[in-house]
Parts: sequence; structure tokens; C-alpha cells
Amino acid sequence: MSYIAILITYVFITNFILVKFMGLCPFIGVSKNSESAIGMGLAVTFVAGTASVVCWCVYYGLLVPLKLEYLKTIAFILVIAALVQLVEMVIRKISPALYKALGIYLPLITTNCAVLGIAIINVENQYNLLESFTAGVSAGLGFTMAIILMSNIRERLELKPVRKYFQGVPIAFISAGIMALSFMAFDNSLLTNLNLA
Amino acid sequence: MSSVLFAFVILAGLGIVLGIGLAIADKKLKIEKDEKLIKLENMMPGANCGGCGFAGCQAYAEAVFKGNAKPGLCAPGGKTLAAGMSEVMGLQQQENGEEKAVEYKAYVFCNESCGAKKKDFDYKGLCDCNAASMLFKGDNSCKDGCLGFGSCIKACQFGAVSKNDDGIIEVDRNKCTGCGQCTKVCPNGVIKLIPSTQKFAVKCNSHDKGIDVRKNCSKGCIGCKICETKFPEYGFKVDNFLSVAPSETNLSDKNAEEIFLEACPRKIIVRI
Repeated sequence: MSYIAILITYVFITNFILVKFMGLCPFIGVSKNSESAIGMGLAVTFVAGTASVVCWCVYYGLLVPLKLEYLKTIAFILVIAALVQLVEMVIRKISPALYKALGIYLPLITTNCAVLGIAIINVENQYNLLESFTAGVSAGLGFTMAIILMSNIRERLELKPVRKYFQGVPIAFISAGIMALSFMAFDNSLLTNLNLA
Repeated sequence: MSSVLFAFVILAGLGIVLGIGLAIADKKLKIEKDEKLIKLENMMPGANCGGCGFAGCQAYAEAVFKGNAKPGLCAPGGKTLAAGMSEVMGLQQQENGEEKAVEYKAYVFCNESCGAKKKDFDYKGLCDCNAASMLFKGDNSCKDGCLGFGSCIKACQFGAVSKNDDGIIEVDRNKCTGCGQCTKVCPNGVIKLIPSTQKFAVKCNSHDKGIDVRKNCSKGCIGCKICETKFPEYGFKVDNFLSVAPSETNLSDKNAEEIFLEACPRKIIVRI
């Protein structure tokens, strides 16, 4: 699979939020305004990219040689949680400006299922290191796209007369469902048509 | 059995290694934070209202710490916070600090119920004052009055602004901190900040001529100048067909005040 195909797959065809329904918690929680949505999206992209690389190393460097592949889920959770903490500390030290932009979102994605999901999908698809990294970043970009679209929709919904019982999260979920429907238009035929499959 | 033990040992080992790594990283990557700055940050009200002109409470605390800003800009914190900040920073409380730290409260200068307002047309757009104002300055015939979509209610972080049963926007003076967010969001400038000691207000914002005000509104100020000429001791000034109440009056005789309030033909001079 070429890298462009991986990119298109994880941004559009199997978009993590709208097709796989992973990472819904930050998707609903942090999509109230577009500024924080962009911050959250970038944080997820960053963490998903690094986590893919680190988890790939842990899997092929530690678990496979010891024949402990079945422990990958819990091992990945451990590694990702520690990694996010470490990244947070490093950013805080090196770049206070970046920490201000991303810092508050990083702890939120410590055990985010989208990040764990991409790490597991990587090893299940037997990607190599660079493919894993591409998949991780692409999944993050897909997440970013979905959450930014959602935040813009929600900013507009704020000003619309929505019925009382639908205000807030319920109408957000309904909108997300309709968005997910529209993303069903993307499937593997997209790759075939682009001669990438 | 041995494979279970093996898995356990490996995972525990992984956890321990990561834990120790994080502990070392925490020590190595620690940031030195000044004690004064921590004190300042803890002192802030934490409302993040932005009334001081900085991005939030933390940004303001940092600016004061670095000497880029003076204590006393924070409206919610008021005088106590200004004094506390000066103390931490070792600054002398300025002599004229009293004068600067006048407490301000928001006040709504429109007395007509939203339902009763005369409309030019039927507005069916976004439920937001600024959006409504873009279209011919709103649907009300009175172009200076409250549009009534409640943008100020949303802007207030302290829950001080509300619409009362008569459909008039009100500010709860106990909750209002004078941060001025509602005054910034209102497209017509109906909400203004006035000193908390002000005793009277003319609840109207219209500079239209008397005849137009009469046409559009049953309550607005027509600029008749009765308050200015008949009662010069109260200090009301009519400017461009709108009477403005002085921030201070030295009269306290209740009877005189009753007569004075009665004298307004539109009954829109009110005690605050």
C-alpha cells in the first residue's frame, strides 16, 4: 500500500470518528468552539504519530521476540500513557507557547481510544515503521478534520432555536450521525478509482 | 503457569521502567516557578473574564509579575485584590489608587419590554443581537434600544444578566463585577458601566428627537429638559435629546427626590 493510499484511507475511508466511532469523547467534549477543536486535533495528530512509532518499536522489539503478542493492548496502553506524560513535560520545558496551545489537551488523550486504536491497527495490518507513522498522522488528521467540521456546526447550532431537550449534546450527536452518513460515500472504490489500491 | 508468570514479569517490568523513566524526566524537566508568581496566580478570582485586557487571569498575573501591568485592573477582584497584589509585589499603594479603583456596575439603559417594542419588520434570522443588528440595525423601530436577543446574557460569565418577566434585560448588581463584557457585546451600547455609587439613571439610550421617540416607544426620553431646567441641583444634563444622569448627586432629601422622579413626563428617571 502506498503512503498516499494510507493517508486517504485513514482521513476519509476509515475516518476514526465518523466511520470507526473511536475517540468520540473528545469529539463531543472539545468541539464547542473551533479554536479548542483545532488545538485538540493537533494534539491528537501529534500523539497518534509518535505513539504509532513507539508502539511499533515495543511490539516488534519486545513483544514479538518474547512471543507475547497477545499482551499488545495492555502494553500499548502503558506505553502511550507514559509517552503522553513525557511529551507533556518535554513541551512544557522546551516551548511554553506550544504548551499553552496544546498542553491542556494532552492529558485528555492519555488513554484515548483513537490513539490506542491506530497503534493496534498498525500491527494488525503489519505495517512497517514508516507506514505506521503515516497511518498515525493520517488518523490524527482525519480526527482533526472531523472535529473542526463538528465545532463549526456546533457554533452555528448555538445560535439556532433548538428544542430544549435537544440542546447541547443530543443535537451534537444527531449532527455527528448525519456527518457519518455522508462519509459512507467514501469506500475502497475511491482507492481503485485513483489507481492506488 | 510459567507463561502467565512470564507475562506478568514482563508487563510489571515495562511498567516499572516507564515509571522510573517518568520520575527521572519529571526531575530533569522541572520548571522553576517564582513563589511570587504562584502567590499571584492563586490570588486571582479565576473568572478569566478578560476585563483587565489580558487573555485571562493567569496572563494578567504574569504581566503584573513582570511589571508590565499595574495591580488594580481586575474588576472582579476589586480593591482587595489590588491591595494583595501590591503587597506581594512590594509596591506602594498609590495615593490616588482610591480614585482609580471606583467600582463599576453594568446598567441597562432601555426600559421598554421586548414584546411591546414597535417593529419595522419581522426578523427571522439568527437569535443573536449582533446578527440582527447587521440588518438595518435590527427590527425595532427604535434603533438605539435593546434588541432583546440576549447576547449580553450569554456574554456574562457571572450569570448577572437576565431577562425579567416584563421582557426587560436586567443586571443583578450583587453578581455584577464590572468586567464590561456585556457592554462590549451589545451592538447598540445599551448596557453601560456606571459607578456603583450613582443614584439615578435615565433608562433610555435613544438620541432621536422627541417626536420620533414618541412615535416609536412609549417610554423613551424625549429630551424635554424638565429634569435639567426645573431641578438644576440634581445635575442632569440633556445632550443631543437624551438626558444623562450625573454620577453623583449630593441631595438626599427623600421628599425632594419623589417630586423629582414624578416630574419626568415619561417616568424613565429611576432610582438604581
